[in-house]
Amino acid sequence: MAQMTMIQAINNALDLELARDKNVYVFGEDVGQNGGVFRATDGLQKKHGKDRVFDTPLAESGIAGLAVGMAMQGLRPVAEIQFFGFVFEAMDEIAGQATRMRYRTNGRYTCPIVFRSPFGGGVKTPEMHADSLEGLFLQTPGCRVVIPSNPYDAKGLLISAIRDNDPVIFLEHMKLYRSMRMEVPDEAYTLPLDKANVVREGTDLTVIAYGAMVHTALKAADELEKTKGVKAEVIDLRSINPIDIDTIVASIKKTHRAVVVQEAQRSAGAAAEIIAQINEHAIYYLEGPVLRVTPPDTVYPFAMIEDEWIPTPERVLSGMNKALSL
Amino acid sequence: MSTILESSRAIPFRQVLDPTGKVVDKDLMPKLTDDQLRELMRRMVFIRVMDQRAIKLTRQGRLGFYAPVAGQEASMIGSEFATTKEDFILPGYRDVPQLLFHGWPMYQWILFSRGHQHGSDMPKDVNVLMPQIIIGAQYVQTAGTALAFKLKGEKRVAITYTGDGGTSQGDFYEGINFAGAYQVPAVFVVQNNQFAISVPVRLQTAAETLAQKAVAAGIPGVQVDGNDILAVYAVVKEAVDRAREGGGPTLIEAVTFRFGPHTMSGDDPTRYRTKELENEWEQKDPLVRFRNYLQSKGLWSEKDEEAAMEESKEAFNDALKKADAVPKMTIPSLIDSMFEVLPDSLKAQRAEYSEKEEA
Repeated sequence: MAQMTMIQAINNALDLELARDKNVYVFGEDVGQNGGVFRATDGLQKKHGKDRVFDTPLAESGIAGLAVGMAMQGLRPVAEIQFFGFVFEAMDEIAGQATRMRYRTNGRYTCPIVFRSPFGGGVKTPEMHADSLEGLFLQTPGCRVVIPSNPYDAKGLLISAIRDNDPVIFLEHMKLYRSMRMEVPDEAYTLPLDKANVVREGTDLTVIAYGAMVHTALKAADELEKTKGVKAEVIDLRSINPIDIDTIVASIKKTHRAVVVQEAQRSAGAAAEIIAQINEHAIYYLEGPVLRVTPPDTVYPFAMIEDEWIPTPERVLSGMNKALSL
Repeated sequence: MSTILESSRAIPFRQVLDPTGKVVDKDLMPKLTDDQLRELMRRMVFIRVMDQRAIKLTRQGRLGFYAPVAGQEASMIGSEFATTKEDFILPGYRDVPQLLFHGWPMYQWILFSRGHQHGSDMPKDVNVLMPQIIIGAQYVQTAGTALAFKLKGEKRVAITYTGDGGTSQGDFYEGINFAGAYQVPAVFVVQNNQFAISVPVRLQTAAETLAQKAVAAGIPGVQVDGNDILAVYAVVKEAVDRAREGGGPTLIEAVTFRFGPHTMSGDDPTRYRTKELENEWEQKDPLVRFRNYLQSKGLWSEKDEEAAMEESKEAFNDALKKADAVPKMTIPSLIDSMFEVLPDSLKAQRAEYSEKEEA
């Protein structure tokens, strides 16, 4: 066991999988000698060779197309999109090609690709770096979308993602890269890709979150218990495609009320889909409407106002109080 | 004179036979046996007849999506003939003949045209992807396919096709540029048939040739008479051989013309092409040229021509029968083909459809 940040846990997962499976290849812009703009791939080229961990020309569609072509021939690419705001450049190769390959060839060709990419606000990045675009891939059949919130999950989920035989979009929140250290086992382990995790037990209200919002929700839940003695259960979704509705329903059966918290603007992200599924599967257990705490439907803001735009613990607390009062 | 213009004019235009079938470049003449030469002609006749039949059947509703190929037989058949069975083809949506001669069973092509999943479920030993609908996507994927061959130490080549319009796409450029940067075994073919639906090539670019776009990637580019099957074969064979031996990728522009409409989905070429232009290209029909050449060598007769036509009709009839007998698709089987491990949400949706089918 070692204390690791999320970026170290990711590096460790890549290192172990490169060593375990010769078909794993890691590539992207500056991931080789430089070790990645966040050092996620630090030291990997030196250890595993220039054939296994390599830099690419600066072109996201080319990177994703490279991954599709390699995957079709039996390799297991882990391709990095430097910031997820740049995914629009690669949209066809991911959403139009990789995610459809198994289906369109009836399994003759598959795309066991992991598209790793940082995203998320709160670190004053320039435009198109922080946007939460995960909802685009919730609406894309044929891929899984995984968003870890801590070092332990990041390692186990990334190893599972690399071993999965279908495309996985693996989104790494920039603010979480070095914000906490955690005990992480040295050896490889896996976590199920389709399962949510109850990170705080509670009886009075269910809060559903993913990414950095898990920590915001936990702060708000602590405050709620301290001020009102109300116990909120916090679910870390871990995956937004698919959504683990069973874990959510089990929680709502206990609490009868729910709030969804996301960093994506109101009509993006996963919140609407989560609420629709709750309506289908748990409406008779609800005592009030399921509310959303989200930023407004604007573009991701310039850096100086992002801390107000992203849901704060105070806004989440206020959303929880409202849900309890309806 | 600027150096840029000089470099564009440095793109060679290669031709072995002139439009009458006379040899104009003995040095480029590929080494093919008489049997191989006859096989090339047989294939061209086969495809010309198949194309006419496909157009009729599309009008009758017995085929679905179809992009006519008449006029482009030399560029399609000659280029595929330069590959081996292990080489991998990433075709565009018009590139059906290459796939058929690379092993795609004809009945599966018919199913693909109709929109049946089994159409693109390629047999294990057939190294092709189904026709690509997103113009340019096949180019970036070719770079990746060829890189995989290089990394695995396999002496295989990836070959891909697009049209003149496709050279305007970002993926076209990214594909050849990645291939150049990694020096992978890839051959990029541009079939310049003068029109992208209704838009003439002069509206795609101010570049004099499409082959010169190779300069942007730092790879060799060559322009070939796309209606001259011997020239196409020779140029592609050289590129394939060089790629296989580690010499990197090549961009080949084959200048040709489609006699028919863009697709059978309502396109009417009289809206954008003059009769004069069509007549001009009919004089350059790749079949006429090669037939003249073979006849001058005593290698092709009326009887051979009839046999090839008959073979095409029979093969098509057999394929239609086989395609008609393939079971219909079902929603549960579509769902099953989405993932190796179905998420619970899809399992639940699958169950809804299974119940309906059992009811």
